[in-house]
Amino acid sequence: MIAFEQVAYSYGGTATLSDVTVQIASGSFHFLTGPSGSGKSTFLKLCYADLVPSLGRVSVFDQDTHALIRDDLPQMRRRIGVVHQECQFIEHLSVIDNVILPLTVAGRAALPKDVTDLLNWVGLSSVVGMTPAALSGGERQRVALARAVITSPEIILADEPTGNVDWEMSLRLLTLLVELNKMGKTIVVATHDLNLIRTVKAQVAARVLRIKDGRVLLAGADL
Amino acid sequence: MKQRSTLPPTEELKTKSLRIVPPSGLGVWLTGLTAAAMSFLAVFAMALALTAGLVAQNWSSELQGRATIRILPSNENSAQQLDMLLQILAQTPGILKAQPLDSATQTALLAPWLGDDIPFDALPLPQLLDVTYAGERYDFEGLRLRLAAELPDAIIDDHMQFRGPILAAAQQLRWLGYGALGLILSVTAMMVVLAANAALAANGTVIKVLQLVGATDRYIVRAFVRRFALRAFLGACFGCLCAVLALHYMPKVAENSAFLRAFGFVQGQWIWPVALPFFVAGIAYIATRWAGYRKLKELI
Repeated sequence: MIAFEQVAYSYGGTATLSDVTVQIASGSFHFLTGPSGSGKSTFLKLCYADLVPSLGRVSVFDQDTHALIRDDLPQMRRRIGVVHQECQFIEHLSVIDNVILPLTVAGRAALPKDVTDLLNWVGLSSVVGMTPAALSGGERQRVALARAVITSPEIILADEPTGNVDWEMSLRLLTLLVELNKMGKTIVVATHDLNLIRTVKAQVAARVLRIKDGRVLLAGADL
Repeated sequence: MKQRSTLPPTEELKTKSLRIVPPSGLGVWLTGLTAAAMSFLAVFAMALALTAGLVAQNWSSELQGRATIRILPSNENSAQQLDMLLQILAQTPGILKAQPLDSATQTALLAPWLGDDIPFDALPLPQLLDVTYAGERYDFEGLRLRLAAELPDAIIDDHMQFRGPILAAAQQLRWLGYGALGLILSVTAMMVVLAANAALAANGTVIKVLQLVGATDRYIVRAFVRRFALRAFLGACFGCLCAVLALHYMPKVAENSAFLRAFGFVQGQWIWPVALPFFVAGIAYIATRWAGYRKLKELI
């Protein structure tokens, strides 16, 4: 589903990733770990073609992201849900409008029952009329998750989704991601929280990729 | 901040693209103001061009086919000179009519220049003839030479000869008006491009979010284009309304000036100030669309 072949990426001449070759299979659950600045976000951005590799090839849905024409990018991104640590929303729109935004831009109607079910699932049914600025960090993360999954994407990429929330909320968010994985979604979560990884690994067969010195390695049982 | 207990109906969810661009902001506000100011000026430029064109047309039609012959006062018998002149004119091809002006008409023509208290009867005034001719069939130069030979005291003035430059000036004024209109609309387009660029730059997060959730460039640009075209339309409506009111209430200081008296729009010409807001909205549409696509290509 996602394939990195000898991928390198540099920011202004500084290599962030180098010679990365990784396969992420459909329906798998991957953690991506490593210290701050190691390249976790870069890895995820390469996955949804927000960046293109300096060298090598990134394929998503068997399509080379570098070869995608501009009009194909949105179609690909509609099949990928992204959750960021710094959740970005359209702040003047309400929570519900932000959640259904992927449907709106795709010209698809949002069925009220489906939206209600989704909001109940993430525990946000009481805040639909609020603007994102009025929400707590945990609520914003759940809104971002609801927005990421509303189109039922095949891949969900989460970049430090628990960075701004407490332990209890972190577990709740990860539990939601595990549930999505059990529905067949491919999940990649970037986090530096090893305790969280250990806890979640008890619930799901997750693989852990560690980024070290620009290279991506498969971590062992000891992480 | 408002709480909503129930979800909005599906129909409402499908029309959100209009609100994706924040309803306020410098760029949008600037577009409305620019459109209003430029439309106000454009209406005046349009009025100038149309009025100059109308005046030129009126003058042209009034002067077309008309000439004046003066018989200068001399020792000759003026009645005989007049008869002779009428005979010459009757023999001249293309002359349709030759009408001597009576003394009352001549006095009325001179009074504005010399005053009413002048004893016109005592003055050696020339006898004037109003000549009507039929376009190209009239040989002005031939008639002038014949008069010089046979009736030297008779001098012919073709109106087009001395009023031609005035007509040319009116035509130039008309093109000046159109030129000013073109400049105004060009500046409007440039200002909208600048405002759209500013708005696109200020809404970087909105654009990033839209791209993240799979919005196409077309969708993003359309959201901005709608906002800017609407603001430009509303601004232009306001500017046009102000300009039309200003034209209507313009002081009537020059009743004797054909140009100033006619300054404004007549009958079917009102379509232009009415159409202007739509035209400005069209300019804003094209300008924003161009700026939007250009900016989006810069962002990725």
